[in-house]
Amino acid sequence: MRKQLKAIAVSVGVALAAPVFAQEELNFDAYREMLADGNPAELYEMEGEELWRTARGPRNATLEQCDLGLGAGVVAGAAAQLPRFFKDTGKVQDLESRLMHCMETLQGIPSEEIVKGKFRQGERAKMAALVAYVVTHSKGEKIAVDLSHPKMKEMYELGERAFYYRTGAMDFSCASCHSQDDKRIRATQLPNITKPEGAAAGWGSWPAYRVSNSQFWTMQHRLWDCFRQQRTAEPIFASDVTIALSVFMAGKGNGAEAQWPGVKR
Amino acid sequence: MASPMRIRAAAKDGVTEVRVLMSHVMETGQRKDSSGAVIPAHFITELTAKHNDKVVLSAEFGPSVSTNPYLAFKFNGGAKGDKVAVTWVDNKGETRTDEVQVA
Amino acid sequence: MNHQRRDTLKAGSGLGVFGLLVAAGMIKPELAQAAWNKEAFEAKTLDAAFGVIGAGKPAESGDVVITAPDIAENGAVVPVGVVSNIPKTEYVAIMIEKNPNMLAASFTIPEGTVADVQTRVKMGQTSDVYAVVKADGKFYMSKKEVKVTLGGCGG
Repeated sequence: MRKQLKAIAVSVGVALAAPVFAQEELNFDAYREMLADGNPAELYEMEGEELWRTARGPRNATLEQCDLGLGAGVVAGAAAQLPRFFKDTGKVQDLESRLMHCMETLQGIPSEEIVKGKFRQGERAKMAALVAYVVTHSKGEKIAVDLSHPKMKEMYELGERAFYYRTGAMDFSCASCHSQDDKRIRATQLPNITKPEGAAAGWGSWPAYRVSNSQFWTMQHRLWDCFRQQRTAEPIFASDVTIALSVFMAGKGNGAEAQWPGVKR
Repeated sequence: MASPMRIRAAAKDGVTEVRVLMSHVMETGQRKDSSGAVIPAHFITELTAKHNDKVVLSAEFGPSVSTNPYLAFKFNGGAKGDKVAVTWVDNKGETRTDEVQVA
Repeated sequence: MNHQRRDTLKAGSGLGVFGLLVAAGMIKPELAQAAWNKEAFEAKTLDAAFGVIGAGKPAESGDVVITAPDIAENGAVVPVGVVSNIPKTEYVAIMIEKNPNMLAASFTIPEGTVADVQTRVKMGQTSDVYAVVKADGKFYMSKKEVKVTLGGCGG
């Protein structure tokens, strides 16, 4: 643990020290544009589309009757309106918790298997492929999360509180890194999530394929890693706080165009 | 068994553009795992693309081609419905062929 | 498009002829890649790599155009495209000067194929990227520097 803290101190030191590249040189627009065409996330999307149509689980059923909010089986545009309040479960659900619900109710795959699983393994890996498939069908759609339901309002407020809540060994919050313009850690720009543009940039570009590790990360995975970097308790998969943070970011980013799936360094 | 490729082929103004994403680790053989053991090299070495039965591109890759390789190229001719097939072979002798119709 | 994708998956379940031969034990994997230019891929200097592919000292040409970003956010994936405007281009190679091994990829361009290829390569550090082209029996090259940055934590 002490070693870990030292490592953090060193990396913070690096961030504060004179960078190798001047800020104005760190323009990655051309780089990102060249990667957007042929985003390897497409490989996950292909797998997800197959999974959606494949009869699986104890009930040997497909997910083609899964209602992501726009009616049974409607995938196009569904992700742009998530998270949302679902009458059938009486809960606010994000894409992953909703897919988990469908996998359990339609296919008989116990949610517990996913909640207690690990990212990129087993049913959670399959979930990620399904996420890639669903979000790709909202690419270019306007983020349109309906905050009018009281449960959505409640989640938005909880998300906002979680965003500013300082905790962990370093005593910092999401806001410590994500509430100012033009901040970065080494060469990585940090979106200002307190502003609509920043929230849209963050929410609208995850899930994403990360070139540094050749992995496709869902928003649950992204948030889990934020908590880990905050050096605080890791959140339970699809728990209220993760969904609340999603409602907060999506709500802030409402109206912006979704770039799903993203491609990241 | 290797995962499928994503191939897109589109004809426009007498030229067909082909874009391919391959699912492959492209391990260099220069990395070590957490126990310090060298992760053996595993990468695509050769690739062939065919338009119907004619070879339109052949390529050799080394381990410094990125993980999940991307390739784009263009050939003259090609019409909607024609077949474009891509085959790769890696250094372990694994191989994969996928085919699409030109859009 | 969805139909097309399903066709892909179906077609993909079959092995290529090469694969079938390998699977049937008719040719060994080593033989399957006998054509792979090991010597070229193991060259540690540009001169050595040029030598192995028979390029000697290729002439710099403005007709060989490299498309790559000036600065890459991550060296693990650097997009590189090469267009040769020289008639009868039959071969294109991409080399990275500061990588442990120079040659990243080479392409044989048959007649009827446009000398315009794009791929993505790993770069260990900021380096010149070289495109070497063979056209009508002669070799040409051009180069472009790509800066590679270290990334931060999350992205």
